[in-house]
Amino acid sequence: MENKRWVISLIAVWTGVIVLFLYIPIFSGILSSFAKSRYFRFPVKAWSDKWYDETLGANLTSDLHLTSFYVAGCVALIAVVLGFFGALAFARYDWRGRRFYQRLIMLPIFFPQAVLGLALLLWFTYVGVLPSWEAAAFAHLVWIVPIVTLVISIQVYGFDAAQEEAAYDLGANRWQAFREVTLPALAPGLFSGALFAFLLSWGNFPLSTYTTGADSTVTEWLYTKMTAGYTPMIPTMGALSVFGAIVILFGGYMFLIVRRRRRLERGE
Amino acid sequence: MADRTQVPTPAIRQPGILWLLLGWLRSPGVLSATPVLVFFVIGFVGPLVIVLGFSFTPPRTFDLGGTFTTENYKHIFTESYYISFIWSFALAGLTVACNLLIGYPIAYGLSKLFGRWAAPVMLVLVIPLFVSENVRLFGWYIFLIKGGGILAGGLKTAFGIDTGTLLFQPGTVLMAMIYVYLPFTLFPMVLGLSMVPRDQVEASRDLGASRFQIFREVELPIAMPGILIGALLTFVLAVGAISEAKLLGGQNTPVIALDIQHEFTFAQNWPLGSAISVLTIVVTGILVVLVMRRLDLDRLLGRR
Repeated sequence: MENKRWVISLIAVWTGVIVLFLYIPIFSGILSSFAKSRYFRFPVKAWSDKWYDETLGANLTSDLHLTSFYVAGCVALIAVVLGFFGALAFARYDWRGRRFYQRLIMLPIFFPQAVLGLALLLWFTYVGVLPSWEAAAFAHLVWIVPIVTLVISIQVYGFDAAQEEAAYDLGANRWQAFREVTLPALAPGLFSGALFAFLLSWGNFPLSTYTTGADSTVTEWLYTKMTAGYTPMIPTMGALSVFGAIVILFGGYMFLIVRRRRRLERGE
Repeated sequence: MADRTQVPTPAIRQPGILWLLLGWLRSPGVLSATPVLVFFVIGFVGPLVIVLGFSFTPPRTFDLGGTFTTENYKHIFTESYYISFIWSFALAGLTVACNLLIGYPIAYGLSKLFGRWAAPVMLVLVIPLFVSENVRLFGWYIFLIKGGGILAGGLKTAFGIDTGTLLFQPGTVLMAMIYVYLPFTLFPMVLGLSMVPRDQVEASRDLGASRFQIFREVELPIAMPGILIGALLTFVLAVGAISEAKLLGGQNTPVIALDIQHEFTFAQNWPLGSAISVLTIVVTGILVVLVMRRLDLDRLLGRR
């Protein structure tokens, strides 16, 4: 027997404990959002969804979520385009300077984000760009483009370049080969890249805090409210953004399943 | 003799170099690298140069081009600012160490033992990452706060145990950092461990290696790139951590990121904030370069 049974059980139990650890605060937050009293106390005496009514009714809620959504949407879109070409250079083509390039573009990932955020703020001030949600999207991109490039690269490594050459041999031009062969083969990587970009941007705080200026995202609002004093809207707002993230993840997953099924039906 | 050889060479060689350069510039690799590289220069190199520039301007100036001074750097060491450096780097180091210990068994399980359960377990581990850090830290706040928190309230109701305050202590901040950055240590480690070939482990077992010997001589060296990336990523993120200390640490845990934020907001002292940033960048940058030089990214990501 290669691995003893008790070792496997021990590791499984340990993994379970850590999963529990990871979910404690998420469930705590959701739990507290349904408590009726103004200040949360456990054991909860009365439950209510009135804070949701109040939060959902507030203009602030939609403003915050819209700002977060604009930022994350732009980031996902641009990051995938840049990351796609970046990944081709990273993993597909063999060119002089590639190894240097691979290390260079990874630097922003290995960079303290709070420092990056403020560096960008100084840079924006210097070039004359006012802090706004657009500026925040740019700031997010600096950190997220390398990540998306890596995510797409993993897919590109698995792509057999001979398929592209076969398309050329069969008379396809560059654009046709790209559209009919390369793009469909890399689509899953592009999709997970977009998903990563969206969700990382959606949850980001250290970069936003320096660069959004007057616009505020959900995470910034949460931070401000938590440091400036408690309001019962904090847990509901947090829970709403969690639900939002779940909807997006689930939607993405469904999209992939539907796509795969449709492709199977077409017999590809 | 000289005439004969000199005539043809310049005709071939000079355009040769030019053509090579042109050819390099027009190669698909360089062309597709260009957008990312341009963006890298505008979004990363530019800001770094500006911060570096600001860190050498006199205190409380808001534009570049003034006099050059190293006063800000002296200030960091003469005033108590260096204490935050010690805190931040110590916390980050501890976070990395704890996460490596916590994560290794899980990474091992995910890459070697769980089989078809690995994917769902992975998904369960990824999902919290997509919930904003501040939301999750708020959850800890609710869980840990004294009196009415879930832990304190639960213990009191169930067992009648009174707990003191669990918030606003360095230990809490460390726990929060371990919590937030565990996935960043874990996933590269899974990537690294999955590069260990099963045959090689079995071969060394057949040759009489003990479990510990296999770990030290086979698994660890092969998985090292993944482990290093994870450790580095965690360390750097933890050095820049801000919310953990602010939300769960109260005023008791000074960290670099809070100092920087303070200089740029309340204190309005950009040059000092820049100098603190530059020092942080230098220390983390040295680590990053040292680790990066040892990595073969093609092997790690492409598994070829």
